[in-house]
Amino acid sequence: MELVKELPAIFEEFSEQRKNSFIPMYELKQKGVPVVGGFCTYLPKEIPMAMGAVMVGLCSKTGETIPDAEQDLPRNLCPLIKSSYGFAKTDKCPFFYFSDLIVGETTCDGKKKMYEMLAEFKNVHVLELPNKKSEMGTQLFKEEIKRFKCVLEEQFDTTITEDDIRKSIHIVNEQRKALKEFYGLQKMDPPPMGGMEMHKVLDGVQFRFDMPKATADVRALTQKIKDEYDPKKYEGRKRILLTGSPIGCSTAKVVGAIEENGGVVVCYENCGGARSVDELVDETNPDVYEALAKRYINIPCSCMSPNPGRLDLFDRLLEEYKIDGVIEVVLQACHTFNVESYKIKKHVTEKHNIPYMYMETDYSSTDAGQVNTRVAAFIEML
Amino acid sequence: MAKLSLGIDCGSTTVKGALYDGEKILETMIVPTGARPAQRMKEIYDKLYSEEVGYIVTTGYGRELLPEANKKVTEITCHARGAYFLGGGVSGLVDIGGQDSKAVLLDGKGNVQDFLMNDKCAAGTGRFVEMMCRILECDRDELDSFEQKEQIEITSMCTVFAESEIISMLANGAERGDIALGVIRSICRRTAIFASKLPMNGKVFFSGGLARYESFRSRLEEALDKPVVTHPQSQLCGAIGAAVIGYDFMKRAEKK
Repeated sequence: MELVKELPAIFEEFSEQRKNSFIPMYELKQKGVPVVGGFCTYLPKEIPMAMGAVMVGLCSKTGETIPDAEQDLPRNLCPLIKSSYGFAKTDKCPFFYFSDLIVGETTCDGKKKMYEMLAEFKNVHVLELPNKKSEMGTQLFKEEIKRFKCVLEEQFDTTITEDDIRKSIHIVNEQRKALKEFYGLQKMDPPPMGGMEMHKVLDGVQFRFDMPKATADVRALTQKIKDEYDPKKYEGRKRILLTGSPIGCSTAKVVGAIEENGGVVVCYENCGGARSVDELVDETNPDVYEALAKRYINIPCSCMSPNPGRLDLFDRLLEEYKIDGVIEVVLQACHTFNVESYKIKKHVTEKHNIPYMYMETDYSSTDAGQVNTRVAAFIEML
Repeated sequence: MAKLSLGIDCGSTTVKGALYDGEKILETMIVPTGARPAQRMKEIYDKLYSEEVGYIVTTGYGRELLPEANKKVTEITCHARGAYFLGGGVSGLVDIGGQDSKAVLLDGKGNVQDFLMNDKCAAGTGRFVEMMCRILECDRDELDSFEQKEQIEITSMCTVFAESEIISMLANGAERGDIALGVIRSICRRTAIFASKLPMNGKVFFSGGLARYESFRSRLEEALDKPVVTHPQSQLCGAIGAAVIGYDFMKRAEKK
């Protein structure tokens, strides 16, 4: 097999899509398509999709609007929350701007309180997400999903049938399967792609409005990567699992440091990766709301207390991806991941005997030098 | 055939060089970093390099700045090797540098097992001491001559706030020496709090420019509650580690 084309060209297509999504958003709205904006992976996107709406992600990933946000929000708050609020306030983000309804969930304390402020100038609905996995919790979340459906029906003057929901469950499941197969390519040793290339796809797909088309593209890309696999490209590199908070634009800083110093990111245990994509919704369950509630409440985010699901996920990922080292990156003031890092470190180093490193960062590049030194020292240690 | 290796550690305050022959350190050099780290590194290179040198390792934040280097290794790994070379059977090391401090857990062979860095601000670093010496008008070598009359607590974490804390203590008539020792104790305590996250069981090596002061060593020992050892060349720990690592690489390359 001869390698003629470089992968990044087709990867670039995804990120370009992201960049150019102002215009498609505008065109969508011209056609009368409703847009629902969400923050966390806990939001069952199947519900707005069932009424033909487009779902967009609102978790902002750059520091651009943080100064605007800090006029209202405390400085020592997580940059993701500040940035999101800042984009909403300044209308600089097309997704915020075009969202007819913004949906939050009661995940971390910072977000919960921020939604209250956001509701002063945006149309906001907040789903109550229980912070504990239990039968009662699942029941509560199921009722919340139903209520969410009613809110949509009322606000958009439409009807959402269970059949509509069933169809969208299938569409989203197909995308999850395609993404799992895509990032699962990194189980190969040596892996076929770099962590930044993988990230661009996982991130970019969230900004594609035609989900079946995006899924087909992911499948085609997966096949292409398989066909063009060159074992020499990432040979001899230390296989890194990246975990922690959703770090947005800092991904480039961290992944860049890993891959410049002899490592390669083979797995993301975070919001855009395995944590949120791994599990499918049970399509055989006749109760669609229950099926959704059960699946979504299982996402092992650190806002759950306790959160044993994350440790179970680690058990699987560390083995399947033959991990040499785990790097946890936590956003400044992200308390839940910060505190939980203690358990993750213990689990990874004591149960699996794999080295682990913790780092704190924000959306700025002021700590690029320190990040680079730590990552380099960690990889030297492996 | 090349016989020597050269290690150069470009830190935020000083640049250090060490020449190694596989057994002992032959020559060393320390110059202030100033605003031109690349030139200072070149200066050390020009002085210590000869045809006998077969391998050069650079480390420290300026490790990318010497084009002649064969390899760049982080200061964590170099300090670990340096501490193992100078301190022998130590379980770990604490380094208080000019702009950061680090704690490293070692295995029995001088390799890094785990490490932590405190590099978000100047609290608890050499900068903190520089500030204190300036305010107290004390020469660095005076640090070991103070005798504690009264125990003073410095509570500020931030260098800037600590500065005003010290100034108001002076205004209240506190002894210079007591303030200085209070500052040293506060730095040692702060360092010990983060170093204690690593399970170091046994002797701890203390490196960095401050390690030569007994007032620091003894207070760090007290704060860590573990025996703390140091070495007259502990300021050169990173450069020595770099030279030792370089020597290994040179021998490995020769075998091939």
